[in-house]
Amino acid sequence: MKNRKSLSVLLPVAAIVGFILFNACKSGEPANNSKDSVTTTTPITDGGAGLKLPEGFNAAIVADKLGGTREIAVTPQGDIYVKLNRAKNGKGILFLHQEGDKATVKTGFGTFGGTGVYVKNGYLYASSDEEVFRYKLNAQNEVINSDQPEKIVTGLLNRREHEAKAITLDNDGNLYVNIGAYSNACQVDDRKKGSPGQKGCPILDSAGGIWQFKADKLNQHYGDGVRYATGLRNVVGFDWNQQNNQLYVMQHGRDQLHDLFPDMFTTQQSAVLPAECMYALKKGDNAGWPYMYYDQEQHKKILMPEYGGDGKKEGGQDAIDPIAAFPGHLAPNGLLFYTGNQFPEKYKNGAFIAFHGSWNRAPEPQAGYFVVFQPFKDGKPSGEWEVFADGFAGTAAQTASGRAEHRPCGLAQGPDGSLYVTDDNQGTIYKITYKK
Amino acid sequence: MDFKKAPLILFASLLFAVTGLQAQTKHKAKPPVKRTTGGLKASIDAGQKVFTQYCVSCHQADALGVPHMNPPLVKTTYVLGDKTRLIKIVLNGFNEDVEINGETYSNSMASHDFLKDQEIADVLTFVRNSFGNKAPAITAAQVKTVRATNKKS
Repeated sequence: MKNRKSLSVLLPVAAIVGFILFNACKSGEPANNSKDSVTTTTPITDGGAGLKLPEGFNAAIVADKLGGTREIAVTPQGDIYVKLNRAKNGKGILFLHQEGDKATVKTGFGTFGGTGVYVKNGYLYASSDEEVFRYKLNAQNEVINSDQPEKIVTGLLNRREHEAKAITLDNDGNLYVNIGAYSNACQVDDRKKGSPGQKGCPILDSAGGIWQFKADKLNQHYGDGVRYATGLRNVVGFDWNQQNNQLYVMQHGRDQLHDLFPDMFTTQQSAVLPAECMYALKKGDNAGWPYMYYDQEQHKKILMPEYGGDGKKEGGQDAIDPIAAFPGHLAPNGLLFYTGNQFPEKYKNGAFIAFHGSWNRAPEPQAGYFVVFQPFKDGKPSGEWEVFADGFAGTAAQTASGRAEHRPCGLAQGPDGSLYVTDDNQGTIYKITYKK
Repeated sequence: MDFKKAPLILFASLLFAVTGLQAQTKHKAKPPVKRTTGGLKASIDAGQKVFTQYCVSCHQADALGVPHMNPPLVKTTYVLGDKTRLIKIVLNGFNEDVEINGETYSNSMASHDFLKDQEIADVLTFVRNSFGNKAPAITAAQVKTVRATNKKS
């Protein structure tokens, strides 16, 4: 945890200096202060496809210019389903067939834009920003009737802010849907300076949490589902951990501490706070939004300033603790527990996290746009996280300005244990492989 | 190693711009005829401070916004066009999907009616005359008028 503290302090500097370090010591030879900077303990080298990866790993661009590619699913046959945030030519889901390191779009279907896509038990599940559909698959995991999906869930709130409905499934016939809070901190007037937080935040009735529905029941509304966990501002990256048989989520923490409370938080503090948290959820859990945020430097749950906090007073007494905390605003959009056998042993059952990259660090340099690896042991984080794949953004200047070329979003594991990463800025699909 | 230079160049150009601005404002003090220009420079200068405090975290330092979320302020009719509409966005916030050059933006903007008339005039004048934008200044009197009618409606 000590490292993490210095890490977050250094992030703004690291954004500029990081690439210089990478360039200066390409062999991975640690610089004097490398333990404090955003580098990994594993040597990082040129992994191909413009990415920097640990030694032995290779990246290939299997497809590009697809549109706003969000979440991705790879079938046991190695075919790809990817969801577009906006339908392109009337197609919101693309089906790609792979030959070697190239994937070709075979068909497109589903007129809706959205984020979620998931393959399970003979069905392809996909979400718009208000509904969840499923498509029956044949033995080759190809969609049988692309014009007639079954509507599984309908009528979910979409008030434009945190509208993406990420989805995942467990092994007991349940579907989990994130319904993000349409708010930053549940102020009376969202994001307005001086507007107080609402006690008994009314948003939590219908958003700001994870809802559980039946995976095979049609036309479910809110009333048919269960609010599985609450107090989660917005979750895009989440995954069912097969080892623990438990739901793990990555929360996008609140924005604008300095804008709204310039007397309490400097722009530098506001750039790294609050943490982007990983939670291991059980039914009925409350992660504490909007009444608290997690400060990864003090290692404490802090009372939200809209509710009387001052950056020091503790809060969230009834809220669960995160199991891992990352620097603020990096926007974790993909979470994947690695169960494959292709990568070295240390990656097994650990978590890959795709950070979409920040915008709310300004005027400090932006950061993120990378895939992180968090080692796990027995279902708990074990050891420091490290940057696994970097270089999506392009140059250091493109990272700092937020004008990233590629922004990591969705993650999936292929049948051979390869890791797939989508980029929703240019519609690129990366495939990361390992060779001994 | 270009990366090392980038912040330096940025800093140097900022310094240049700031000192340049100051020098110009001093110059303008001499001929009283050019007071409007001096006023413009002063307003832009003051507006930059307001921008840094209240706008930059969403609209970004280059005012190009954030894809899909926060709209750009560069060369759009929202910024360069009708003054009343622009002033109203600051006063009332903005809560509709907006499409600019084929890209949609969905984040809500909070009302900034707590800013003084002069602050709103300054920040809008700054935005309308920075980042490659060029449009007439907005005055505190204009903001005051819009604010008055805005409350009635």
